[in-house]
Amino acid sequence: MDAIPLFFLLGFAARLARSDLKLPGQLYEALSIYLLLAIGLKGGMELAKQDPLQVAPQALAVLALGALIPLVAFPILHKLGRLDRYNAAAIAGHYGSVSVVTFAVGVDYLTARSIPYEAYLPLFLVLLEMPGIAVGILLARLGGDLRSVRWGPLLHEIFLGKSMVLLAGGLLIGWVAGPKGLVPLEPFFFTLFKGVLCLFLLEMGLVAAGQAGALRTSGAFLVGFAVAMPVVAAVIGSVVGLAIGLSAGGTLLLATLAASASYIAAPAAMRIAVPEANPGLSITAALVITFPFNILLGIPLYERIVSFVHGS
Amino acid sequence: MPNTHPCKLVVIIAEEALEGPLEKDVMTLGAHGYTVSDVRGHGSHGDRQGIWDADRSIRMEILCDAATALAITTHVEEKYFRHYAMVAYVADVGVLRPQKFVR
Repeated sequence: MDAIPLFFLLGFAARLARSDLKLPGQLYEALSIYLLLAIGLKGGMELAKQDPLQVAPQALAVLALGALIPLVAFPILHKLGRLDRYNAAAIAGHYGSVSVVTFAVGVDYLTARSIPYEAYLPLFLVLLEMPGIAVGILLARLGGDLRSVRWGPLLHEIFLGKSMVLLAGGLLIGWVAGPKGLVPLEPFFFTLFKGVLCLFLLEMGLVAAGQAGALRTSGAFLVGFAVAMPVVAAVIGSVVGLAIGLSAGGTLLLATLAASASYIAAPAAMRIAVPEANPGLSITAALVITFPFNILLGIPLYERIVSFVHGS
Repeated sequence: MPNTHPCKLVVIIAEEALEGPLEKDVMTLGAHGYTVSDVRGHGSHGDRQGIWDADRSIRMEILCDAATALAITTHVEEKYFRHYAMVAYVADVGVLRPQKFVR
């Protein structure tokens, strides 16, 4: 068993048991800045080794994947789950966007098993943050007045939100500096990465358990959706990964990204763009159910799906 | 004889997501400035512990004249109360250097 997801369980259990364990808000902030920069730098460093002509079509396909997932999720939530348009669209947007920590746990899963993968995949993480949120907002406003959306502040939120700036900025720095330029940063950003990830997961466990009370009011449908949707998205991600020629490891990471749901960038953007939606529903689904499901059970399951799709 | 001058203190406690829009709104409505701090608490929207992004609340304080206070409270009531976790109130206070806050 990997040690890293156990830190999430420790935080979750501690909070449920009403322990007074609490990490300072500033530490959460600092840890998330570290993780986003470290992931961006690593991806940028590997991107510097790639042929842009090979990566560009893959990147376009990944953007399309980000837009497709909310389009799959929305009718399920709206028609089948009978959620109103705003809530269905907001939740769909959360599932179209991605979770950086789920990605980091996926990378750790592959590294621990010595499974090779395309190390420039953080580029896809950056690309997947945005289209899902945009499609979610469009779905919320379709049929209503699209002119009521203030696109300026919204695009600012999506493209210049802190996670986007740190991830894309790290990617750019890594790409410009290249492997040689990053050597002095290695001990801090790469060697310490796992330890920081453990602390962050401990915090996420505390936060998720703090939100778990909302499960009582969210309804059985949402719980079922939050478990089934990642699996459906992982299948779609696996097919896309295979289609764009990723290795089995790379496909597993893409499937994991597709399966993950955002709980940092998407809630901030949706709160401004779709205020009618109840943030409690999307956060409960994305953070309390889908996130633990992915890091504890989902990733090994997606490995099987990828093996099946890849025919290996 | 007090050395203070009458002034209104508008206090808005809201979700952190609204910090940017509120800053713009209050300045447009005539405030000369504002102070924002991070806060946590409990209310009809449940616990807001302020640990992570979607759980943070801010407290915005604006010292201004009565007309500006009315404009701000009317605006936030119409624009934000329906969909956001928010509390707003106005108090009579005494300030030094009133020209900093009053038109």
